[in-house]
Amino acid sequence: MSPPTLAVFKLASCDGCQLTLLDCEDELLGLSGQVEIAHFLEASSAVRPGPYDLTLVEGSVTTPADAERVHEIRAASRHLVTIGACATAGGIQALRDFADVEEFSRTVYARPDYIDTLATSTPVSAHVDVDFELRGCPVDRRQLLEVITAYLAGRKPDIPNNSVCFECKRRGTVCVTVAHGTPCLGPVTHAGCGAICPAYGRGCYGCFGPSGSVNLPALIPVLHRDGMDDRDAERFLHTFNTAAFEKELRR
Amino acid sequence: MTHRGSRVLHVGSLARVEGEGALHLSVHDGAVTDARLRIYEPPRFFEAFLRGRVYTEPPDITARVCGICPVAYQLSACAAIEDACHVTVDPALRELRRLLYCGEWIESQTLHIYLLHAPDFLGCDGAVELARTARAHVERGLRLKQAGNAVLELLGGRAIHPVNVRLGGFHRTPTRHELKPLAEQLKRAADDAWQTVSWVAGFDFPDAETDADLFALAAPGTYAIETGTPAVLRADGTLSTFPLHAFLDRVHEEHLPHSTALHSTLDGRRHLTGSLARFAISGRWLSRTAVEAARAAGLGDPYEGVACRNPFRSILVRAVEVVYAVDEALRIIDTYEPPRHPHTEVPPVAGTGHGATEAPRGLLYHRYLLDSEGAVADACLVPPTAQNQGAIEDDLRRIAQAAIDEHDASDEELTRLCERAIRNHDPCISCSTHFLDLTIERT
Ligand code: SF4
Ligand code: SF4
Repeated sequence: MSPPTLAVFKLASCDGCQLTLLDCEDELLGLSGQVEIAHFLEASSAVRPGPYDLTLVEGSVTTPADAERVHEIRAASRHLVTIGACATAGGIQALRDFADVEEFSRTVYARPDYIDTLATSTPVSAHVDVDFELRGCPVDRRQLLEVITAYLAGRKPDIPNNSVCFECKRRGTVCVTVAHGTPCLGPVTHAGCGAICPAYGRGCYGCFGPSGSVNLPALIPVLHRDGMDDRDAERFLHTFNTAAFEKELRR
Repeated sequence: MTHRGSRVLHVGSLARVEGEGALHLSVHDGAVTDARLRIYEPPRFFEAFLRGRVYTEPPDITARVCGICPVAYQLSACAAIEDACHVTVDPALRELRRLLYCGEWIESQTLHIYLLHAPDFLGCDGAVELARTARAHVERGLRLKQAGNAVLELLGGRAIHPVNVRLGGFHRTPTRHELKPLAEQLKRAADDAWQTVSWVAGFDFPDAETDADLFALAAPGTYAIETGTPAVLRADGTLSTFPLHAFLDRVHEEHLPHSTALHSTLDGRRHLTGSLARFAISGRWLSRTAVEAARAAGLGDPYEGVACRNPFRSILVRAVEVVYAVDEALRIIDTYEPPRHPHTEVPPVAGTGHGATEAPRGLLYHRYLLDSEGAVADACLVPPTAQNQGAIEDDLRRIAQAAIDEHDASDEELTRLCERAIRNHDPCISCSTHFLDLTIERT
């Protein structure tokens, strides 16, 4: 029996999430023995046509061409997993959703008429069915390996839905909000990174997006207490997972 | 079979580059009439949405321009904003930044050497395929890359989009004790780096020469990485520098009406940034080991100020730079004394600031205009690939023409050669911040 096939596709993104796969230095060669890498342009010139057993998609949908391409990718994939904040929540480029994209074009390009872009940056799930969404900007290497091995084994990935606060406790990090009054999105941010920021003495800035149980109305007064005014708090939530936190705000 | 007549070669999506791009070559009656590296990475509008953000945010935000060289973005942003606010960062913190940057150099240059570039020389599709016949080499590459990532993880919290960088320095600085295991890992990496040079020195290099001006930061006394003054080495050997604040007066991005690409020029001429430029401009400041590595690799004597102008040999220069970065990281760890404060305070000042650092792929320039509250009024990012695009296309023309003149190269061969010519420059297409153009080509 031939090994399962793995494909990696990229939409609008920084390449960081697919690079995470290449950053699995200890596991890369082992993994490549268990799957056939059928489409992964960043890593190999060899490209095989679908169907693919497992497809990872990085990046958000921001152009008419990508809005079509994402359907083709879905059609060619048995399981489709989105990796990273761009693919699961629109990424930082979703800041355009709350702005005038034509003005953005004029700001950045000499010939905005040549720019073919959508007014929004949407997650893959807004266009096609997605089997699993892995969060993070970028995704965490261990979680990525868990997702891949889970699909190879035919089970659901074991990715907890709780918040960064849980990981802080597990790591034994003193809470930066309680101890230093540092604004922190840890209570509302999805676990996965291992609570890096508080361990380095800064507040979480939400790069993993909203966790399973988000209580923004409870958090905002704490942010105010820690010195943020409304605009600061809004900016804080409107960064790498802007569209996802916005959805929580409107809930 | 003859290949005369008109033909158009098109590679729809380039492999083993960062980001998305395509290649287009037109040949008419044996003459290359058009060579284009087309960038179709979707626009992400960083320069637009940075407006109105707070001045402390660009280091984290601009990191997301590129997952391959986030530290370059973070440190160019810090340099520019600190410049606007007239702050000089504590020298000990500057050293620590250099250490972090060395981690990115080791990781990213090794990624390029082993995973993206070496397969071209060995006739295979990628590193996984390469591992079937040369497993020990690939394993060495992964080990070396891991050492670079270890530096990023310890100092930055994680390898991609480090969280520990801030204006004025770091959120937290490491203890001497924490750096110890890193030093051990880097000592092993020093061997791997040296072996990498020996390995790539044995590759077969096609003949080619670029006549572009070489453009890199210069910081006499050291191999410029995180600081320096823009320096230009022209093909006739003349070297000149100019102040960083004049960057946008000298480097112009032009929109060519019939091309789908913006081309940047330096004083109206084609220029190239990256390893070849740095080696030519700062080679004499390499560490002793790196100089020896360069000599052993057949690059000549850096103390004599040699330049390597063959883009195919850039892999050699990269390997030498990895030897240097490992050496330099060890030097910094060795002399490290934890600074009194993890960062120098940076209070906001209304004004304009400029910052540039040497991303693995070349000079990365940032400029910010701040108001007195510290809000960003305007941002401009000029990444290396944007600058190199003209030189890359010139390479394509030259290399394709030579192959046609020499032996009437087939379409297949030309395509392969051109893809290699692009990968020579490690173009990081994700970093298309504002040079991108999305017209649909109709041929
Ligand atoms: S989610 Fe973040 S790390 Fe991943 S591709 Fe998008 S910008 Fe890059
Ligand atoms: S603590 Fe928050 S911002 Fe920091 S890496 Fe984790 S999820 Fe991202």
